[in-house]
Amino acid sequence: MSVVKLDQPTGRREAMLEKIAALDAEHAKAVAGGGEKYVERHHRRGKLLARERIELLVDEGSAFLELSPLAGWGSDFAVGASVVTGIGVVSGVECLVIANDPTVRGGASNPWTVKKLFRAAQIAKENRLPTINLVESGGADLPTQKEIFIPGGALFRGLTEASADRRPTVALVFGNSTAGGAYVPGMSDYVVMVKEQAKVFLGGPPLVKMATGEDSDDESLGGAEMHARTSGLADYLAVDEHDAIRIGRRIIARLNHRKPSDNAAVSVTHRSLSVTDVGYSEPDADVEGLLDLIPTDLKEPFDPREVVVRVCDGAGPGNEVAFDEFKPLYGASLVTGWARLHGRQIGILANAQGVLFSEEAQKAAQFIQLANQVDVPLLFLHNTTGYMVGADYEQGGIIKHGAMMINAVSNSTVPHLSIMMGASYGAGNYGMCGRAYDPRFLFTWPSAKSAVMGPAQLAGVLSIVARAASEAKGRPYDEEADAGMRADVEQSVEEQSLPFFLSGMVYDDGVIDPRDTRTVLGLCLSVIENAPIRGTDRFGVFRL
Amino acid sequence: MLVANRGEIARRVFATCRELGVGTVAVHSDADAGLPFVREADVAVRLPGNAPADTYLRGDLVVAAAKSAGADAVHPGYGFLSENAAFARQVVAAGLTWVGPSPESIEQMGSKVAAKELMETAGVPLLSNLDPADVTEADLPVLVKASAGGGGRGMRVVRALADVADVVERASAEALAAFGDGTVFVESYVERGRHVEVQVVGHDGGVLVLGDRDCSVQRRHQKVVEESPAPGLTDDVRTRLHDAARAAAAAIDYRGAGTVEFLLDADGERFYFLEMNTRLQVEHPVTEAVHGVDLVELQIAVAEGRRVDGGTASVGHAIEVRLYAEDPAHDWQPQSGRLTRFDLPTGAGLRVDSGFEAGDEVSTHYDAMLAKVVAHATTRDAAARRLAGALQGAEIHGVRTNRDLLVRILRSPAFLAGELGTDFLERHDLTSDDADEDGLAQSAFAAAVHLASRAPGVQGRIPAGWRNVVSQPQCTEFEETSCDWLPTRAGFVSGDLHAELSGGHVAIATSAPDNSVVRAFTVYVDGQRVDVESSLGHVSLTRRPRFVDPADQVASGSLLAPMPGSVVRLHVEPGATVTAGDPVLVLEAMKMQHTITAPHDGTVTDLPVALGAQVAAGEVLAVVQEEKDD
Repeated sequence: MSVVKLDQPTGRREAMLEKIAALDAEHAKAVAGGGEKYVERHHRRGKLLARERIELLVDEGSAFLELSPLAGWGSDFAVGASVVTGIGVVSGVECLVIANDPTVRGGASNPWTVKKLFRAAQIAKENRLPTINLVESGGADLPTQKEIFIPGGALFRGLTEASADRRPTVALVFGNSTAGGAYVPGMSDYVVMVKEQAKVFLGGPPLVKMATGEDSDDESLGGAEMHARTSGLADYLAVDEHDAIRIGRRIIARLNHRKPSDNAAVSVTHRSLSVTDVGYSEPDADVEGLLDLIPTDLKEPFDPREVVVRVCDGAGPGNEVAFDEFKPLYGASLVTGWARLHGRQIGILANAQGVLFSEEAQKAAQFIQLANQVDVPLLFLHNTTGYMVGADYEQGGIIKHGAMMINAVSNSTVPHLSIMMGASYGAGNYGMCGRAYDPRFLFTWPSAKSAVMGPAQLAGVLSIVARAASEAKGRPYDEEADAGMRADVEQSVEEQSLPFFLSGMVYDDGVIDPRDTRTVLGLCLSVIENAPIRGTDRFGVFRL
Repeated sequence: MLVANRGEIARRVFATCRELGVGTVAVHSDADAGLPFVREADVAVRLPGNAPADTYLRGDLVVAAAKSAGADAVHPGYGFLSENAAFARQVVAAGLTWVGPSPESIEQMGSKVAAKELMETAGVPLLSNLDPADVTEADLPVLVKASAGGGGRGMRVVRALADVADVVERASAEALAAFGDGTVFVESYVERGRHVEVQVVGHDGGVLVLGDRDCSVQRRHQKVVEESPAPGLTDDVRTRLHDAARAAAAAIDYRGAGTVEFLLDADGERFYFLEMNTRLQVEHPVTEAVHGVDLVELQIAVAEGRRVDGGTASVGHAIEVRLYAEDPAHDWQPQSGRLTRFDLPTGAGLRVDSGFEAGDEVSTHYDAMLAKVVAHATTRDAAARRLAGALQGAEIHGVRTNRDLLVRILRSPAFLAGELGTDFLERHDLTSDDADEDGLAQSAFAAAVHLASRAPGVQGRIPAGWRNVVSQPQCTEFEETSCDWLPTRAGFVSGDLHAELSGGHVAIATSAPDNSVVRAFTVYVDGQRVDVESSLGHVSLTRRPRFVDPADQVASGSLLAPMPGSVVRLHVEPGATVTAGDPVLVLEAMKMQHTITAPHDGTVTDLPVALGAQVAAGEVLAVVQEEKDD
């Protein structure tokens, strides 16, 4: 593949950098937690922040991929939803890590927290990761309990299901873990409690007094010493937070965790790469070029091969051609082909001209089957305005063909990774493995937009429908009100189709700097190897 | 030829033997079994045990070893039995050839008190002895010396009258332990004197004088830098020195290689006989360099009854430094441990005599000298430059050394100007061993990047320390310092430093990219030890464990053994109240006594060691609980 030198109209880089700066600012809000005052108070108590605990927990020099950092964005709750989730390497094992942020309203769970935790649990399940809970939470946010209490019960069920599924769970209890929260350590396989800090009981002294008249105190009801020596709920008593993390790391070291060896394209033994290692090359083009690639107006298409050449392995020994395109002459609006990333083979489906026609849909369905035939994960690079509409296309069977693509993507069992680069509208979002199609991971670029259709189209459709309704009733159409309605709808749909909003809804796993795409995908590909990779030959009935 | 010695001098003697086609026999203690001198000998004989008194000082075992190995000659090296007349007699009595002076000569010079009387008669200038009991304020400062001592051991300067008795007692104890003879004597201490010595070889045809050496740069009365010829002597003084040395040797009809040591006063005019060493000196290579002779070969020639002659003209200038495993910044504490890397430079005009190779263990049982590095050049300045450059390029990991100090000495204006004196290191504080802040920071950063980037078992292709949401810098902690750094798409950043991995090195750029200095750092990791080499010098770091099992934690106020050794004196009992600086106990290690003092006012709450106990480095010797004001 030739590397096109990018000399695109100016303004793209500036626009992208501006959006990245905005992303950094939103991440900083999540990192700030409950703000300076509460962080200072927490430190004064000799306690570590959620992310400080995680930094200490993960192996030195290892990466940490934070998930859903913008959860709750645009809601009444703090960005990040008072919990940190992510994937880190602990004692050489990729683990799903959950850490309550006690500086945000005592670490209380709100509806977004629950959504974020469900997503984290799903990732742990699909990728067969052990889970480590760094617990310090005041329980549920009571004003929103109706949205938390009933669905939230599944969090505890999930812990024991994980255990039964041979995915060990570890709880390191740093502070409050009371009432329902007591079931986090209660349902975990291994429990470590920090001396003089952990507080794990169903009912505190006031409640006990009310219920039974018994006088009691925190320590006798749920102190770490009591649980370690008397109740047996704590398996380990940690003298302080460092010690709890030390013990947690030793627990993980003894899980006998191993990745299924037969799906590793990169065979790694102990601390050195083995002779079977396939090696890899850095991309053939400079990753910085991604900043110049995305048009400020998404109506303008861009060539996704320019993304592939900056994200996937370059040509080199064992990888003589960086990108082997499949069916290059057919359905040119969708690019399909094989490449490698950090030495691991992937199949790529990338929108090239926005619209998906029948040919593109059929090409996609075939390519997804091919990937399943050879157990290769798929990467979907979104920039689609949806399936083509119009009489010719409807008559040509666009629904039938779109359904084939959706059938293939729905029933495919190789891992899917999705990157929202630009547009992801309509059923195109479904066919390209949007959130509802359960990609293992889905990350968004700051340039992306996703909705049932474009804001202007959506407002225009509403306008046409309203005009038709008023004409049918023989009333004059209020053009001024129509203009106002269109502007309002356009603006609100625009806002709701932007990355921060959608990430706030936990409709992705995070918004990333496009230049980090290779690293994020490489990390995800390493993580998905914790579960067996097996394609299927059992799809739904293809309507031919 | 059996060499009744170890380490570098054994190798040195073997080298000449090989040239002469003489077979070689080594004797070795258990701790030394793996050292090169043992491997290099044709035959090796084990002397069971480690303490010198059980091994290298056991003349009977050495003679038995010579007999059983079929040796017919014994070379004693320096130290150990080299100036032991009884041993020389044993060797001769066993029908072996003794490569050294006659037992009578050894005896005559062995007792410093007797030797001085003898030299006085021969007309050699000297300082007279003082009776410790009669020392007055006017006599101060005085020097306390072990009569049987040598190589500076058992020598102490006393500047306060009140200390005289105590020092004499301690010096006597040390001398008794080290030499088996507790006799000490006291003489006036010549301030700023220079140590100048003359190499002689006595043979049947007379006394050959092979020039002079200056060995003034000393620490704790042990030589550190030696050179030949002694710089800045007038022809008249040099001639008189040589004549005095010749007279000294002739007075006892000396046979073999020997050294007559003098104290030269600060004016360079008057000199006094100190002692005569009836053996090969540590610093003999500088003489060999400028005179083009092999002193061991001459020793053997004399022992075989052959005449020696020639080789008296000196060419150029040679300087030797003694590379020690020691910590100049902390009272010259001897260091022990495994030499994980030992790469000394070689090249024209350079000579390295060493008893160690990479991977060898520097034990606590013997002298901590790692190597002698000698440079020979046409001028003194050139030799100093060559030697300093070579030392700087050396890579020595595993134990702390005096290397940086040696480089600083060789490059100091005072040394280059020839302003020598035995108090050189007291006058010129070159011992500060704190690598400059900048070098430490950059080296720690390079080490942090290297450590973080070592391919782990999982996610080996993800950049070290990568975060999609950055909350804090990565922190890599060492015992010596810590380094905060952040990974970026364009490499690693720490403050205004910027690092990248390039090949096997870490390249660190300082300041702005358009005006930056880029330096290559090489990082060596051996367990918790991390050694960083760069043009900023060698920095040794110890990784601080991220987590300490509380069960392994040490009570605060614990006094830890700074090195392995044995407890020779307890000054306190458990429960005793002490004030900061009070001696708690005395540890003897590497032949030196170290007083462990209370770090603060308080109570001795624990004293887990007993008198005579053997302790390991880092072992708790005592716990002094700090006295709290409240």
